[in-house]
Amino acid sequence: MDKNKKTTGKVAGIIANLVIIDVDGPVAQNEICFIKHQETDLMAEVIKVLGNHAYVQVFESTRGLKIGTEAHFEGHMLEVTLGPGILSRNYDGLQNDLDKMEGIFLKRGDYTDPLDREKLWDFKPLAKAGDKVHAGDWLGEVDENTMPHKIMVPFKFEGAYTVKSVVPEGQYKVDDEIAVLTDSKGKDISVTMVQKWPVKVAIRAYKEKPRPFKPLETGVRVIDTLNPIAEGGTGFIPGPFGTGKTVLQHAISKQAEADVVVIAACGERANEVVEIFTEFPELDDPRTGRKLMERTTIIANTSNMPVAAREASVYTAMTIGEYYRSMGLRVLLMADSTSRWAQALREMSNRLEELPGQDAFPMDLSAIISNFYSRAGYVFLNNGATGSITFIGTVSPAGGNLKEPVTESTRKAARCFYGLSQARADSKRYPAIDPIDSYSKYLEYPEMQKYYEENVSENWLDGVITAKDILLRGKEAQEQINILGDDGVPIDFHERFWNSELIDFVILQQDAFDNIDCSTPMERQEYMLAKVLNVTKMKFDFKHFVDVQNFFKNIINVFKQMNYSEFQSDDFKKYEKELEKLLAEHVVEEVS
Amino acid sequence: MEKQAFQKVYAKITNITKATVQLKAQGVGYDEIAMVHGRLGQVVKIIGENVTLQVFSGTEGIPTNAEVIFLGHPPRLKVSDQLAGRFFNAYGEPIDGGPEVEGEIRDIGSPSVNPVRRKQPSQLIATGIAGIDLNNSLVTGQKIPFFADPDQPYNQVMANVALRAEADKIILGGMGLSNDDYLYFKNVFDNAGALDRIISFVNTTENPPVERLLVPDMALTAAEYFAVDHNEKVLVLLTDMTLFADALSIVSNRMDQIPSKDSMPGSLYSDLARIYEKAVQFPAGGSITIIAVTTLSGGDITHAIPDNTGYITEGQLFLRRDTDIGKVIVDPFRSLSRLKQLVIGKQTREDHPQVMNAAVRLYADAANAKTKMENGFDLTDYDERTMKFAKEYSDKLLAIDVNVDTEEMLNITWELFQKYFTKAEVGIKQEFMDKYWKKEE
Repeated sequence: MDKNKKTTGKVAGIIANLVIIDVDGPVAQNEICFIKHQETDLMAEVIKVLGNHAYVQVFESTRGLKIGTEAHFEGHMLEVTLGPGILSRNYDGLQNDLDKMEGIFLKRGDYTDPLDREKLWDFKPLAKAGDKVHAGDWLGEVDENTMPHKIMVPFKFEGAYTVKSVVPEGQYKVDDEIAVLTDSKGKDISVTMVQKWPVKVAIRAYKEKPRPFKPLETGVRVIDTLNPIAEGGTGFIPGPFGTGKTVLQHAISKQAEADVVVIAACGERANEVVEIFTEFPELDDPRTGRKLMERTTIIANTSNMPVAAREASVYTAMTIGEYYRSMGLRVLLMADSTSRWAQALREMSNRLEELPGQDAFPMDLSAIISNFYSRAGYVFLNNGATGSITFIGTVSPAGGNLKEPVTESTRKAARCFYGLSQARADSKRYPAIDPIDSYSKYLEYPEMQKYYEENVSENWLDGVITAKDILLRGKEAQEQINILGDDGVPIDFHERFWNSELIDFVILQQDAFDNIDCSTPMERQEYMLAKVLNVTKMKFDFKHFVDVQNFFKNIINVFKQMNYSEFQSDDFKKYEKELEKLLAEHVVEEVS
Repeated sequence: MEKQAFQKVYAKITNITKATVQLKAQGVGYDEIAMVHGRLGQVVKIIGENVTLQVFSGTEGIPTNAEVIFLGHPPRLKVSDQLAGRFFNAYGEPIDGGPEVEGEIRDIGSPSVNPVRRKQPSQLIATGIAGIDLNNSLVTGQKIPFFADPDQPYNQVMANVALRAEADKIILGGMGLSNDDYLYFKNVFDNAGALDRIISFVNTTENPPVERLLVPDMALTAAEYFAVDHNEKVLVLLTDMTLFADALSIVSNRMDQIPSKDSMPGSLYSDLARIYEKAVQFPAGGSITIIAVTTLSGGDITHAIPDNTGYITEGQLFLRRDTDIGKVIVDPFRSLSRLKQLVIGKQTREDHPQVMNAAVRLYADAANAKTKMENGFDLTDYDERTMKFAKEYSDKLLAIDVNVDTEEMLNITWELFQKYFTKAEVGIKQEFMDKYWKKEE
């Protein structure tokens, strides 16, 4: 988009945040423009062009805007600024640093710098003069909260370049020149630590994107054990309000095995974001021993912030994720909630008077969602290093109905489905992930199966499948008991039901507010699953269904105490002994 | 309405619908208000010279040659301490016969609070109603609605909550309030001698429905004045938000917008969130807490209005008639306060969370026992005891006429535990048992 003169225009129509601009030159779809309203510039994005009318969505309130107001087009799409210092920041949906804004209230047209331009970074060169480089290749690195932050050849650079010079190790500001590259025509180009990238375009500076092949540990048992998500995989969590979506998302972002966590709080409650702001700077990162906030970036576009910026917020988050992935890091991206993003699309489509699809959502909703999810993934970079973006989005289905368009479209795009069940939430069985309806397609991947065989144990997957079967049979048994009464069914129906309750209470249910139970490492999950499955294989001498209930209630209680104790601690072993004793009272035949 | 010199007067309306008029005009700002034939209107669409105005009180009788005067600013409210004790209509004009309020002029519908400038809510709001304080404690800066059927006494409960809550200011936003309910609020506040800390913005059923769209913004502009400028604890009561949403759908329909679920506008979530998210705890000590009412049709919470509300608010309170005791109670199963974790056991007594959970669990056991009884199964001794417990728990704690402090609520619960159960059945942490369980076993 090389132009001599910037296109300008005048406001010709206003319908809420949709503004029609009469333009005097070329404009591009998704191009950014600023409307000069009194003393403030209102940022807007082109979403439709009809003749010399550009339809733009304004990222701010249009109150007071008048016909004839001038607008300037920027010649580029909505971009984020990428460079060291993004971690631990709180941005709005357009990557304005919220902490830099003055006053209690958000002011219209208050655009703040996402980076700290004055801070000095310890730079170490990784490339040397004469190296052949491409977009995304590493030129050097700086230490960002102990994370090796790579300074890369800007993603916008096309073709091959030769490194002419790289500055020596030392302290530099982000805008200092750190390298000079020569392009194929012999022209020298200066490179700093900062680059820009349009958020709606995927960064493709990698060699290959294989199928995900290893699990990403989240510490949440019902995910890791039953329906694991892969590193570089995608998942979504639909659930009616009050079923614990946000608690679950926070738990995953605290515990998951990721180097960088990007949280897009998209159209949700401001107090929930405040909770992250308050807690994350205090919480320790179990892996680095530093504070969680140091590896986290929050994109906060709460429900009362401008709607158009809500749509941008998820793209901003994804682009920041891609930037860190290109450094060879494992990124976890969480978006809460993608339904609010879809609603933002609906509001705009409605103002554009487009023919609506189901529930008045735009017709291409499904394509937009699929396209977004496809930006996640595991990659091999050009230098052989690996990086990943694991993406988990929540969906807030209208009326709790999983057949609504956003849930349906997401189901087509995401590979893991963690359905939150109202019934489980009502009976306080948290996390309320439905063990039977939920699935992970990754369990079917031969690559993943191989990984489990080699890294966990040979019969791990058999155990997982057995556990799922027990849950399903338990549910069937429970239905029979409910219809025929406790006395009306044979005792083994009760045993079947209580075996599933055992798995439910010991493996599925997990106390997110307990310091030990909140996160379970894989080794411990393996140990506990084996222990529980072993019990389900035993034969007991029950005479009456009341015996079954009492026995299982007792052992569940002891198992839970084990869950609350440090793994293999004295307490843990004490409860384990107690368990053996309880089992010995009723067992007639042990199956190994 | 004030008139200024050199305002251009237009007298040629081109189109009229039930709620909007269109005319050709220049230099008009979006969202600005205008007097149309003596009625208030607001600019909702400008295409070139064609300006569309939404006339709040409807367009009945407006001729095409009616006088239209643009006022050059969005809807405003004059704020000062003089607001206290006064009653206003949806436009912020006094309806109590008192004088005009003098004060600083502020635009309503102000910008959002920067999320990093908020403080995590942490102050308990005591109401004396155990169904709320014990099981669903409210916190300053919270937003929570009553989900109630139209026949339930939600306005009475809300008036009680308002009077007992230790708020510096109580602001009532009444939308489609029946005249009887309006007078009820007026009397209750008057009799309690609390009028000096109460401000009301009222749109009754006698007023045009579209006018009520202004009520929440008026109420919240006043709330922000007291919470930000005076660091006061402000409680905002909004009743009934379902009628507010209905007014939104009327407008969007007249604007030819494509309706989404339940014929509500596609922007319903954002429209409601903009209001509810005004609830905030400021670091300087001021706060805005919103208690709203969303009436349900036939108890259906999957309807777009309660559904979107549930995703925005921090919990919801349900009322239910308990036929065993013949009183209305706060339903312990369906009600939820998402922020209670921030205060219970911290600002209230340490045993609060455990006692609350144990009591609700035993109450749930009673419900199961009741189902068993109704289905003709035999009851065990435990079943019998839970049912007796449930009745007394309902009467002494859940009923909305209860008025005791939190400490007393916990003591009553402990008494009930000891009256009907063994220690093992109650299953509370040993340290609390040692401290509060007085009965010998």
